[in-house]
Amino acid sequence: MERVVERVAVTGAEAVANAMRQIEPDVVAAYPITPQTPIVEYFARFVADGVVRTEMIPVESEHSAMSAVVGAAAAGARAMTATSANGLALMHEIVYIAASYRLPIVMPVVNRALSGPINIHCDHSDAMAERDSGWIQLFAETNQEAYDFTILAVRLAEHEDVRLPVMVNLDGFILSHGVEPVEFYPDELVKKFVGELKPMYPLLDTEHPVTWGPLDLYDYYFEHKRQQIEAMENVKKVFPEIAKEFEETFGRKYWFVEPYRMEDAEHVMVALGSTNSTIKYVVDELREEGYKVGSLKIWMFRPFPKEQLQELLNGRKSVVVLDRAVSFGAEAPLYEAVKSALYEVAARPMLGSYVYGLGGRDIKPEHIRKAFEDAINGNLIADEQRYLGLRE
Amino acid sequence: SLKSWKEIPIGGVIDKPGTAREYKTGAWRVMRPILHKEKCIDCMFCWLYCPDQAIIQEGGIMKGFNYDYCKGCGLCANVCPKQAIEMRPETEFLSEEG
Repeated sequence: MERVVERVAVTGAEAVANAMRQIEPDVVAAYPITPQTPIVEYFARFVADGVVRTEMIPVESEHSAMSAVVGAAAAGARAMTATSANGLALMHEIVYIAASYRLPIVMPVVNRALSGPINIHCDHSDAMAERDSGWIQLFAETNQEAYDFTILAVRLAEHEDVRLPVMVNLDGFILSHGVEPVEFYPDELVKKFVGELKPMYPLLDTEHPVTWGPLDLYDYYFEHKRQQIEAMENVKKVFPEIAKEFEETFGRKYWFVEPYRMEDAEHVMVALGSTNSTIKYVVDELREEGYKVGSLKIWMFRPFPKEQLQELLNGRKSVVVLDRAVSFGAEAPLYEAVKSALYEVAARPMLGSYVYGLGGRDIKPEHIRKAFEDAINGNLIADEQRYLGLRE
Repeated sequence: SLKSWKEIPIGGVIDKPGTAREYKTGAWRVMRPILHKEKCIDCMFCWLYCPDQAIIQEGGIMKGFNYDYCKGCGLCANVCPKQAIEMRPETEFLSEEG
């Protein structure tokens, strides 16, 4: 099939909604919440216009949205929803259930600060509150990545060795409402790539009656958790295969992480999401000034790409980790994961933890430069949490 | 016997119907009903009240208890007009069942 791409300027929300149109799930249940609202708004228009045959269920809350897609997925449908912040928090109970029932649901999460005090702007506190829920978590830097990951996530979630739900994280407003050029692939090509869902134990198969959600006590609950651990482990094997097929089909290469100017880099910055674009800009500036710096974008946060980080960061002089979330009374989530991954490497780098951008606070090139300068000057303390853009 | 995590369906799904039959809820029992047949008048109150249908009767004759499903609630002993059912602690029967 010929690959004719359509290059258009769209918001991240429109890019994700367009991926959903091409996937054409059987069921979408959703509740509006800023800044996710435009995704389901665009999608509801596709439904109303008869562009897709999806059964759209406008529910009374996010708890119901996730419950409805769990029911639909157990019935054997390809089901999706989307949410943000407090909506995700309201889903929390069913988020765990979706993962433990091994339902391949794909959910774009437009990252926004959790209340309170109430705030509608970007940080990663919503996604981090779900990091132990058993969902695969992908983070997009650009609208293109948000579009691509939504398509790719369907295959990853539904793979027979995985069967886990996937959150596609995109930064609230910065991506969801920010306009960028995105290359849309032809509908037929996307439909061919995602293929048909092969449901597992579908409730609608009345010839083979099954029970979903029975009580699972001390005799088997532990074994079911062990299976979930194995499925996450399998993602590490399955994801590169699907990413390779994605590259062959659409021409874009994805992996667990994206190294940027890392070849001879002595100082490396690690971050999630859209801030990586600003980091790359600063890396280019510092490179021009002769500093050996690079950056490492985390595309996949769960499962955490520990082996890749060990390989890429072993022997560097220093590693600076930027977190757009905190863990009160402990280290910030991404920093904690990176620090833990590097415990056993032969040549451990110096480490620095920087929290930035909470509640949508701007992260500027000068902030990133400051963190890099700390690294270059050997001014890092592994057990000290520092802040970028905070009034002291 | 209990299976390993590699041998069971994922997601906690029970992949065939009717498996409740294999689940012996009698294992929950703390107090065991014992029938003193010499006092029993076969009035069938116990059979009528038992919430687990664990009273065994044949042709209107009270024959005893289905211990696979009797949870030891003691309703039968309570409604018996002749005190023909005695509730005894399960610990008394541990040794004889190994």
